[in-house]
Amino acid sequence: MARSVTQQRKAINTVAAWAVGLLIFFPILWTILTSFKTEAQAINDPPLFFFFDWTLENYAVVQERSDYMRFLWNSIAIAGGSTVLGIIIAIPAAWSMAFVPSKRTKDILLWMLSTKMLPAVGVLYPIYLIFIRLGMLDSRTGLIIVLMLCNLPIIVWMLYTYFKEIPGEILEAARMDGAGLKEEILYVLTPMAIPGIASTLLLNIILAWNEAFWTLNLTAAKAAPLTAFIASYSSPEGLFYAKLSAASTMAIAPILILGWFSQKQLVRGLTFGAVK
Amino acid sequence: MATQHSRSAARIMMAPAVILLLGWMLVPLTMTLLFSFKKYLPLRGGDLGWVGFDNYIRFVSSSAFWPSVQATLVIVGGVLAITVIFGVLLALLLDQPMWGQGIVRILVIAPFFVMPTVSALVWKNMFMDPVNGLFAHLWKAFGAEPISWLSEASMQSIILIVSWQWLPFATLILLTAIQSLDSEQLEAAEMDGASPLARFGYIILPHLGRAITVVVLIQTIFLLSIFAEIFVTTGGSFGTRTLTFLIFQRVLESQNVGLGSAGGVYAIILANIVAAFLMRIVGKNLDA
Repeated sequence: MARSVTQQRKAINTVAAWAVGLLIFFPILWTILTSFKTEAQAINDPPLFFFFDWTLENYAVVQERSDYMRFLWNSIAIAGGSTVLGIIIAIPAAWSMAFVPSKRTKDILLWMLSTKMLPAVGVLYPIYLIFIRLGMLDSRTGLIIVLMLCNLPIIVWMLYTYFKEIPGEILEAARMDGAGLKEEILYVLTPMAIPGIASTLLLNIILAWNEAFWTLNLTAAKAAPLTAFIASYSSPEGLFYAKLSAASTMAIAPILILGWFSQKQLVRGLTFGAVK
Repeated sequence: MATQHSRSAARIMMAPAVILLLGWMLVPLTMTLLFSFKKYLPLRGGDLGWVGFDNYIRFVSSSAFWPSVQATLVIVGGVLAITVIFGVLLALLLDQPMWGQGIVRILVIAPFFVMPTVSALVWKNMFMDPVNGLFAHLWKAFGAEPISWLSEASMQSIILIVSWQWLPFATLILLTAIQSLDSEQLEAAEMDGASPLARFGYIILPHLGRAITVVVLIQTIFLLSIFAEIFVTTGGSFGTRTLTFLIFQRVLESQNVGLGSAGGVYAIILANIVAAFLMRIVGKNLDA
């Protein structure tokens, strides 16, 4: 008796959750579907769901019109470059704060977090000016540096919370056995820290990939990543739904896939360890 | 415990990150602060000297200021209300036993990974367009006159788009918090005859308090500075010009750097007030 009730409840839960889940996912699904339609089918009334002539033509047109590959490469270079650079700078800092904490460690961590709170628009012109002076406007290097600095606090924090979970006794044991600082980091800490570093890498690539304030304001043609590529579809091209959809699908597909792997880390990374 | 040697090593290892962030914070901030006290028009004469608090007064007394504060508050407040309320409900639902939980989770989280320019454009054109948008089709199917969403209901539209982007974040954090709740406590309450509503009100909601606070504070920081969603949809017209967008227009569009910088200082102060609360919570967590 009790068993059939729970089965029934489970069925109701399933239906409700799937309905809500599909509703929330629908705009993405619709975009992907529309990208395989012709322009006429895309604006058909009533809307066409699955029964239309699937075509890949839009993808070819989008690539031809605006050289998707160049924007994709910029996105990969900027998101990947800024994250890797950030991690290289953050690892030693997070390591020392997790294993050699001092009285000021907490203050330093909180101060780092506070730099993340600075509204970007408040320093837009200074950065713009510095970029012009250094000839970094519309360059990948410039964006890599800015996005690295934007995400450095999150990277340090995430690594810190992961490193904190590595038992210090193991490091002491290694030290007793005569391992120097270098060996300690290379052979003891790194293997244990790899999962945390990987999570940090993943989440920050996603954040940098989707960053749309600095990438829109500091690039023009040369270094523009996918965020700017899509913004160029604002109008009038935005009214060609099939092509807009193809462009959108190409811009979000890589990160949707990465994102699905990083659900768990998302919570930890974005709440700075306040919710685990 | 730590030796003198490892302490100085630690300091050296911390140095690059600290120095970089210090520079990233202080250099632009100092420049913004300097510009805000100057009449500075890069395209019309450049640096025209010190003007005291002139920019600060002019920024606040311009006719665009209060509407922009209002727009900012409405958007932040609206999105927070929607994401927290639906986030709690959705988290409760996802916590129940069901088939295909993993897949539903993925479906719900997906919008968070969509870049802001994409979600704004897809919503604007494919859903909210008054002629060919899906909403227009839907409205016509029910015999209603289609609405041109982004001009007639601009604020609601922006709030809908941004809520869609942030609902996954709220849900995910609240779900994580619910899953950390001791299930024995709930079972005990159930055995003692507590109704589902009572269990929610007296056990689950208090347990979620902290997570809700974190969601509200973190989202507020991000929402105060939303940019792309407005940039590609309304471009700041139809009453959707937020404080961030107003400053952007002053600085880059009308190239009035002094005035925009004063606005920037206001935005920084506002963000710091919110940040102070967040820091207190995160700081407490560090001690624990």
